[in-house]
Amino acid sequence: MSKAVEPVIAVDQLVKLYKTTTAVDGISFALERGSITGLLGGNGAGKTTTIAMIMGLVMPTSGTVRVLGAEMPRQRYQVLHEMNFESPYVDMPHRLTVRQNLKVFGLLYAVEDLNDRIASVARELDLTEFLDRPTGKLSAGQKTRVALAKALINSPRVLLLDEPTASLDPDTADWVRGHLERFRKERGATVLLASHNMAEVERLCERVIIMKRGRIEDDDTPQRLLVRYGRRTLEEVFLDVARGRGETREAAQ
Amino acid sequence: MSTPSTSAIIVAPHRVGAMVLRYLYLLRSSWTRLLELIYWPAVQLFVWGFLQFYIAQNSGFFARASGVFIAAVLMWDVLFRGQLGFSVSFLEEMWSRNLTNLMISPLRPIEFVCALMTMSLIRLAIGMLPVTFLAIAFFGFNVYSLGLALAAFFVNLILTSWAVGIVVAGVLLRNGMGAESLAWTLMFVLMPLACVYYPVSVLPDWLQVIAWMLPPTYVFEGMRALLMEHVVRVDLMVEAFALNALYFVAGVFAFLQLLKGARRVGSLLQTGE
Repeated sequence: MSKAVEPVIAVDQLVKLYKTTTAVDGISFALERGSITGLLGGNGAGKTTTIAMIMGLVMPTSGTVRVLGAEMPRQRYQVLHEMNFESPYVDMPHRLTVRQNLKVFGLLYAVEDLNDRIASVARELDLTEFLDRPTGKLSAGQKTRVALAKALINSPRVLLLDEPTASLDPDTADWVRGHLERFRKERGATVLLASHNMAEVERLCERVIIMKRGRIEDDDTPQRLLVRYGRRTLEEVFLDVARGRGETREAAQ
Repeated sequence: MSTPSTSAIIVAPHRVGAMVLRYLYLLRSSWTRLLELIYWPAVQLFVWGFLQFYIAQNSGFFARASGVFIAAVLMWDVLFRGQLGFSVSFLEEMWSRNLTNLMISPLRPIEFVCALMTMSLIRLAIGMLPVTFLAIAFFGFNVYSLGLALAAFFVNLILTSWAVGIVVAGVLLRNGMGAESLAWTLMFVLMPLACVYYPVSVLPDWLQVIAWMLPPTYVFEGMRALLMEHVVRVDLMVEAFALNALYFVAGVFAFLQLLKGARRVGSLLQTGE
């Protein structure tokens, strides 16, 4: 029998308490290499706190997070160069040009042949013509692509995304999703994506973890969730979970 | 595999360089930021320089103590602008909502601190060098004539400014932008006690005890001894350095503890008010 491969991200009995609020309440899951997983939940469900604990940005109250075998946040410097993160709620310095921002982050991540890498990531994300413009002068869609370029500059093995297409027009959002799909396939990266956009999750993710009030309410493939809840879209499944209709139906059965 | 305590003190020059480059890009992109670096030190110099002229014309004592106010204002600016250079560079990350990007990057806290110290020196050089030449041109006071003593004054003042800057950065990480005013005002708490413009002996006895706990007090006393009595007080500089070493280590420790606290309460996620 072959030895089981260690998951890229392993979350075990994770709890986060903020004073009297329980943000994350004993969740466990494991993500395999090359997988893309959607983390769904309403506002305050604990998605962002979970991602922050995976990045080592927030210390768990109890439980463990391991990324590429390193315990977070204690051993974070062993793996942070292999990870990256993108969120529309985190900005890049506005006064710096796109090239300057990518250069600074490329140096922080010790990216080899940095100028070539900047050129290549700019080409892939259709940013070449904006490289020498101040980041703050770009449109929302262009800024999102710059943030994505920063998140991909080190070709991360683990990519964490917090609502990556929030506030983008449908065309740009679709373009970004297409790029993420390609990156994941080519790099074999493990992607965890927190989103409110059900269509996005349905399109990109092979697994969906639904959180509510800090707990995992469900965890399955999109197809199996649709069958199990007897729904046509993930949005309907999400509403069932959010409003407790899933529990009612299970109780009735 | 390195232990966490060991890895936390490794300094990679390329990451320190990356952060310094980031701040240089910012300075280069903003002439208002550059002007601001020179503007206040120059205004201070002219106010105190002309006051020194006026008093010297009416007092034999101050006529003999030529340049003591100008030297004091220049030294005070090293202390204040040194801390401000450190703190403002840190604040730039909070203003631009970039701190999360840095905190999830391989940049270690000690590297961040090294970059902020480097920027404090660069910003100080941009602001203070022209002002020292203005002091020569307008008031005939050459601060460089203090020689090695100037180096001792500078090292002690900049160490104090960094120790304060490090603690302020830690408080900002832990408490968010609500603590921003500390960056602009904390050093002024030291001003009356550090005896910038008057000797320690004018303070009440109980306040002198507190004043001697502050390294800048030794520097300003040493500066007055040099300019008024032409005596180099090495003993004062050594004592100041010993105190600075203590405060600097305590500052770094406080910063790391505040950072740990920020991870515990989740304030690295929300760096606003």
